[in-house]
Amino acid sequence: MKLFSKFAKIMKINEIQDEIIEEFALFDNKNDTYNYIIELGKKLVFMPENYKIEQNLIKGCQSRVWLFPELHEDKIQFFADSDSTIVKGIISLLVRVLDQQYPADILTADLYFIDKIGLQSMLSMNRSNGLLAMIKQIKMYALAFESVQK
Amino acid sequence: MLNLSQIRNDFPILHQQIQGKPLIYFDNAATSQKPQAVIDVLNNYYQKINSNVHRGVHTLAERSTTAFEATREAVRKFVNAKTIEEIIYTKGTTEGINLVASSYGKKFLTKGDEIIISTMEHHSNIVPWQMLCEEKDLVLKVIPINDDGDLIWEEFEKLLSPKTKIVAVTHVSNALGTINPVKKITELAHQVGAVVLLDGAQASPHFEIDVQDLDCDFYVFSGHKIYAPTGIGILYGKKAILEQMPPYLGGGEMIKEVTFEKTTYNDLPFKFEAGTPNIADVVALKTAIDYIHSVGKTNIAQHEHNLLTFATDSLKTIKGLKIIGQAKNKASVISFIVDGAHHMDIGMMLDANGIAVRTGNHCTMPLMKRFGITGTARASFAMYNSIEEVEFFVKKLDEIVQQIR
Ligand SMILES: Cc1ncc(COP(=O)(O)O)c(C=O)c1O
Repeated sequence: MKLFSKFAKIMKINEIQDEIIEEFALFDNKNDTYNYIIELGKKLVFMPENYKIEQNLIKGCQSRVWLFPELHEDKIQFFADSDSTIVKGIISLLVRVLDQQYPADILTADLYFIDKIGLQSMLSMNRSNGLLAMIKQIKMYALAFESVQK
Repeated sequence: MLNLSQIRNDFPILHQQIQGKPLIYFDNAATSQKPQAVIDVLNNYYQKINSNVHRGVHTLAERSTTAFEATREAVRKFVNAKTIEEIIYTKGTTEGINLVASSYGKKFLTKGDEIIISTMEHHSNIVPWQMLCEEKDLVLKVIPINDDGDLIWEEFEKLLSPKTKIVAVTHVSNALGTINPVKKITELAHQVGAVVLLDGAQASPHFEIDVQDLDCDFYVFSGHKIYAPTGIGILYGKKAILEQMPPYLGGGEMIKEVTFEKTTYNDLPFKFEAGTPNIADVVALKTAIDYIHSVGKTNIAQHEHNLLTFATDSLKTIKGLKIIGQAKNKASVISFIVDGAHHMDIGMMLDANGIAVRTGNHCTMPLMKRFGITGTARASFAMYNSIEEVEFFVKKLDEIVQQIR
């Protein structure tokens, strides 16, 4: 039973990724891509102000990014925010893929959508490499929750 | 007046599309583009001249040495130094400052001595002095600036004392564009017996430099910001001071005689040029300087001033936009922030429209802190930029800001 649900979850992560890849296939230039991401960013769920503290800040981004996870019924819920709207949009994509998933699934997730929609090249600009730092942080939280669950 | 279409033709990189839009390159304060003549000289050097300098008796060695030393004379004229011995080749501004901090600092500074820099320094003109302070127990003092981005003169005067041994300030701020009154700074620093290093990285591309008139003891700049290749820079130092300074690196070229008991050092400028130098880029530096002269520094300064004035006036029409750095005397650098639009978003959206600007802290984190911001977007102009480009940039920026908000 447990095994089955785990498998189902991995499918789900990939399903969402495929969905995103399809959405982004509509855009053939950076301007439209960014505009879409900006719209996503504006819709990112509000992060409570008291979560925006130094401790939740991710190092290594040109913009400031806050990330905070909570465990609900064995699944992780992410709260995130940034002072950059584009970064917010990118976070909202990560959250869409990884929110409400089991820690083990997050840990093993292969986030191929990032390459496919060209996010990597966008955020490795200016040595900031914020995207990598964000993913690393998400996986660290997943690892921490998983070891607690065990 | 300069012939803009002629100049633009000389820079092949400008004629390309970025994201399907014509490239508009406004990141000149980071590095400038290279004219065809400079690119050709590099090619020609490796195809016809390449040989090590100062060492061979063969024809190629003579040719490369002649070309290598011809640049030194061109640089001497470029900054109006007295002699070619005062012109030292470096990798760039950063290395020049490190050389002075290490060599001069090692020999002449002792515990309790003071070094003065300013709030608007590039990290390159902060960190080498901090390292020296740590090593020798010195005190680093910082000239504050006002909200316009000008040095606060009275505060500078207060910082000066007989303990001041080095004053190191930038001629032009890379983040604000402020042109500092460096001649007056030098005069005052000399009155207390301090030596003065001027960071000319941002001044050298824009207007005439006259180190004798400024009377500074050191002047440093980078080739890549004056239309020459990367990896070559200049340290000007007064001969009498350079002569007293110990070498910075040891090796070939910088020696006169080596025995295992004792080595005697070569004369200036070679004493500071250990190892095989960056010959090709040195040779191309002369071509870049010749190119600047062929356009005329006064013409360049006038043209860039027009671009700056036009950009400043146009940007002010964008609601919520604030220019960071409003000094009366500015070089063609314009930094700004916009309410509700992060500078990185602005930079990325401009790039999506073919426009290259710099975003971030511009290697001036203490300066950003002074303004209470994390960074700015910065447009910086060179001789090949046009009013039409500025117009397009401002129009696009206005649209982008609406989208981001
Ligand atoms: C004012 C200033 N100083 C120093 C530097 C460092 O120059 P480089 O990286 O060529 O050594 C720069 C370059 O950005 C600069 O703008």
